[in-house]
Amino acid sequence: MARFTGKKAKETPALNMGSMSDIIFMLLFFFMVITTMRESSLYVRIIPPQGTEVTKLEKKSLVSYINVGVPLQDQQKKYGTEPRIQLNDQISEVSDIISFVEQEREQRIEADRPFITTAIKADKAVRMGMVSDIKQELRKAGALKIFYNASKGTRK
Amino acid sequence: MARKTPGLNTSSMSDISFLLLAFFLMVSNINSDMGIARKLPPPLPENVEPPEVRERNIFVVMVNKDDRLLFNTEYGRIEDLKERAKEFLGNPRNLAHMPEKEIKQIDLLGNIEVSKGVISLRNDRGTSYDMYLQVQNELTAAISEMRNELSTTRFGKQYADLNEQQRKAVEQAVPMAISEAEPTKIGGK
Repeated sequence: MARFTGKKAKETPALNMGSMSDIIFMLLFFFMVITTMRESSLYVRIIPPQGTEVTKLEKKSLVSYINVGVPLQDQQKKYGTEPRIQLNDQISEVSDIISFVEQEREQRIEADRPFITTAIKADKAVRMGMVSDIKQELRKAGALKIFYNASKGTRK
Repeated sequence: MARKTPGLNTSSMSDISFLLLAFFLMVSNINSDMGIARKLPPPLPENVEPPEVRERNIFVVMVNKDDRLLFNTEYGRIEDLKERAKEFLGNPRNLAHMPEKEIKQIDLLGNIEVSKGVISLRNDRGTSYDMYLQVQNELTAAISEMRNELSTTRFGKQYADLNEQQRKAVEQAVPMAISEAEPTKIGGK
């Protein structure tokens, strides 16, 4: 072992940090792309049902979402444990849907208004009574294009 | 004496990182929303009776509060729904208790028989959304299979590959004939 002890430890050459910023930017861009912008955080838990015939939702800018599900654990004190409707960032009642649709319509330009789609994002355990109430309200509001959110599944 | 390592040439590092960035941009799918699109019927004016439909033209699919299915008058399974719906809408043997057909003039397709059949979907307020979506899914599958069959025999292509006009024609020939009744109130709210 005497061969090694006498020698001075080799100095490691300094790493070039010049490209670090590039890598970081790359990561940044990557995460910017894969994360979908969510304007409001969800207060309800949604596990969508699965379907085999699902299609992609086109023109995201023309979609308004209605979320239906049981409030999250930390929200249950406030909103209870029964399925609730979330419009934008607040828990709402079925009767609020008409004004919600109006409001969404106001935000779009005139030419786009007939193409507005309402996506119903409901948990699979939600009862149809609630979904039907929502659909009736949407009919009254004249928002006839709807979309049932579901995840892609395989045939059992 | 320690040999000095020559400095690495890092000018191409940014090129590599951009390459990677571009690769991920193309490969990663942006968490897209998937689902089934439907159109709601416009609200009926107050004093207008809904149009009468002959009994042979209706196929009733009922879902109760326990998510069990009823096809017309017998119990059914979700696995059979697609075939039953196809058989009903297509009525290949022109049976008397199956829907009538109407000859219609459609661009690109000429005179073609269009089924008058309507699938009436009735669910309970206690039906789970999961089951409802499964039923919708099966009915969508039935209709899209029929559209595919028509478009392959007439245009030699899958329905998804047709152009706008052809697609419109096929849509008219095989309409999305699903009617939904107001739910009954037996279980749940």
